[in-house]
Amino acid sequence: MATQLLFAEIPAADNIESLFAVPALHCVGCIAKIEQGLAKVPGIESARVNMTDKRVAIRHDPTLEPPALKAAIAAIGFEADMLADPGVDVAAAENKALIRALAVAGFAAMNIMLLSVSIWSGADGATRQMFHWLSALIALPTVAYAGQPFFRSAFAAVRQGRTNMDVPISIGVLLTTGMSLYETLTNGHHAWFDGAVMLLFFLLAGRCLDSMMRVRARAGVAALLKQSAPGALVLDGQGHSHWTKAVDLRPGMRMLVAAGERLAADGRVVEGMSGMDIAFLTGESAPVPVGPGDMVQAGALNIDGPIHVAVTAAGPDTVIADIARLMEQAGQGKSRYVRLADRAARLYAPCVHLLAALSFAGWMIAGASVHQALLIAVAVLLITCPCALGLAVPAAQVVACGALMRRGVLVKDGSALERLAEVDEVVFDKTGTLTLGRPVPRDLDRLAAQDKAILLALACASRHPLSNALRQALNGGEAAAIENVREVAGEGVFGRYGHDDVALTRPRSLINLFGLASEYRRGNHATLLSFADALRPDAIDLIGDLKQDGLAILIASGDRPEALEDVARATGTTAIGHLRPADKLALIERLKRRGQKILMVGDGLNDGPALAAGHASMAPASASDASQLTADAVFLGDRLAPVAVTLRVARRTVRVVKQNFALAIGYNILAVPLAIAGKVTPLVAAIAMSLSSLIVVANALRLNGSAK
Amino acid sequence: MTGLVLLIPIALLCGLVALCAFFLALRSGQYDDLDGAAMRMLADGEDE
Repeated sequence: MATQLLFAEIPAADNIESLFAVPALHCVGCIAKIEQGLAKVPGIESARVNMTDKRVAIRHDPTLEPPALKAAIAAIGFEADMLADPGVDVAAAENKALIRALAVAGFAAMNIMLLSVSIWSGADGATRQMFHWLSALIALPTVAYAGQPFFRSAFAAVRQGRTNMDVPISIGVLLTTGMSLYETLTNGHHAWFDGAVMLLFFLLAGRCLDSMMRVRARAGVAALLKQSAPGALVLDGQGHSHWTKAVDLRPGMRMLVAAGERLAADGRVVEGMSGMDIAFLTGESAPVPVGPGDMVQAGALNIDGPIHVAVTAAGPDTVIADIARLMEQAGQGKSRYVRLADRAARLYAPCVHLLAALSFAGWMIAGASVHQALLIAVAVLLITCPCALGLAVPAAQVVACGALMRRGVLVKDGSALERLAEVDEVVFDKTGTLTLGRPVPRDLDRLAAQDKAILLALACASRHPLSNALRQALNGGEAAAIENVREVAGEGVFGRYGHDDVALTRPRSLINLFGLASEYRRGNHATLLSFADALRPDAIDLIGDLKQDGLAILIASGDRPEALEDVARATGTTAIGHLRPADKLALIERLKRRGQKILMVGDGLNDGPALAAGHASMAPASASDASQLTADAVFLGDRLAPVAVTLRVARRTVRVVKQNFALAIGYNILAVPLAIAGKVTPLVAAIAMSLSSLIVVANALRLNGSAK
Repeated sequence: MTGLVLLIPIALLCGLVALCAFFLALRSGQYDDLDGAAMRMLADGEDE
């Protein structure tokens, strides 16, 4: 990396690098503010923003601890979470290797084709011989380098006694190259170097598309680790506090957790009162009040005030680690799914090899020389190489994913689209999925315009969930100019507007049993604002749509059954309540055993195992990071309609992929007899291969408007 | 023929140079943050 080369010249080599996720990055101003602002902080050597990943890499003095760095970013005006060391990013490294191979294959294909065109247009004798040698010189290192992804995968498959798409590709490319080399050595008329390298180029293009799609959608590798804090301030006997990494926390230690921090381990509160945001666990947005004696889980966000927590379980023993394990186990079934292209290849590969062998035998019997018969067999292999499978399938999936992305749906990979197309039953979580999962203020219309403006100004001064809800509801309005704004933890926001004292506080007078409320005061006048979790605007329409498409619908929630009644009645579906994460998983497994292909739509970490177990899964963008990471597709916005759109696009994509298979078979029916008859020259092979690739890609492009 | 002997190596060399340049760019992380690169272009950079 160029930036690191620069660092090497600076003597302070013992500085370390920390990674922070800053989701609010969105413009060039943010980049400049963070990079220049952090560079001024003593102890920070430099900061570098990565906009694509929404991350900041900070090089700093090792004595500077993560909370201090987090505070430094907060002082500039951004919320940040420390990322645990992401280690080696396997998928990104694989993508880079593929791009390098593609570049080499592209360079070689162009140059060899240039030489081949001169041969086809009449170069003869010594000139042709020189061009063949030059082609060989370019092709051999290219095949050895750019062919590796295919050779490795084919070798692995063959060693396990299976065959995949890469087996016919590898055999085809290697035999063609070997045969061409022999022709070149013996002053033959035809060499197929251009065909072999072009084939590699097309197939690598397909492979690259596939891998880029995965890397793009899989933005946060360490997302689950982000949920639980990287460490905590631990109090020792003398009342001093030390920053301790999460892995070094042990039961019995005493953590000091400030407001706005996440817990690094499970524990019991020993001192202080606060509210805990455990939305990552339950999907519920309302903070849960905790006091001495209450249990709190790693990953929970402390909202109100500082608390002391005695650690009871750390690292792999925490609740969040337990759920991660459940998810991992449940996801293993999904990895056994065999992709369409590989299923097709299982049928296709033996046929192709049999055909090539038969043509070799046939020509031998007909009296041709070994050399001639081998040439024909190689031509058959080259013509039948599965370009359509290798290029057309990822092309169709990338185009469909692009169309969905414009509609606000991020699909993780091609196999997800294939699985989504097979779904026949949809299981919804309630809180955060069918509902918005955040409190929405009711009856705001009762307030006068001026009061709304004051309320917005007050709400802007606080990060409490209810303030956030007010801010969102009043978004677009003008905020009033209030003075002396101050937030009192656990109480509310206070300020002065003109001659009146104004405040947004927790309700003073009445104990609110049902739902959430806050109180707005102006002078002596107080108004109670109540909040409720509202259904997504089109939830009922969507369920109607899905039912019309012949899908079975089920609502599975961790909530009380009474809370589900309204939703179930409004949508006319069965709802099951009181389900814990493991129960949801069991429910999905039971439905799977009945032969149902389940689409799980959920948001909380409690849905994580069910999301991993479902045949396919979707999560809203408001979901916990772990759920977004597990889900096959993530949809943005408040509407549920993308679920139906995604299913429709997935089915269309599979249809186009199957059409492409049909096109590929049709092309083979035309070209293979020519190859068997010995009429395929390198020129014919080059034209046939490019043409068939263009046709299948053009067919895939029809999916571009499919998400409209 | 003599022209070819000279021109073909030159053409191949040009292509190779471009390929190496691409590899260097990839290695130095110029493709790591495409969104950010598009934005940094607009920065005034008065502090630098």
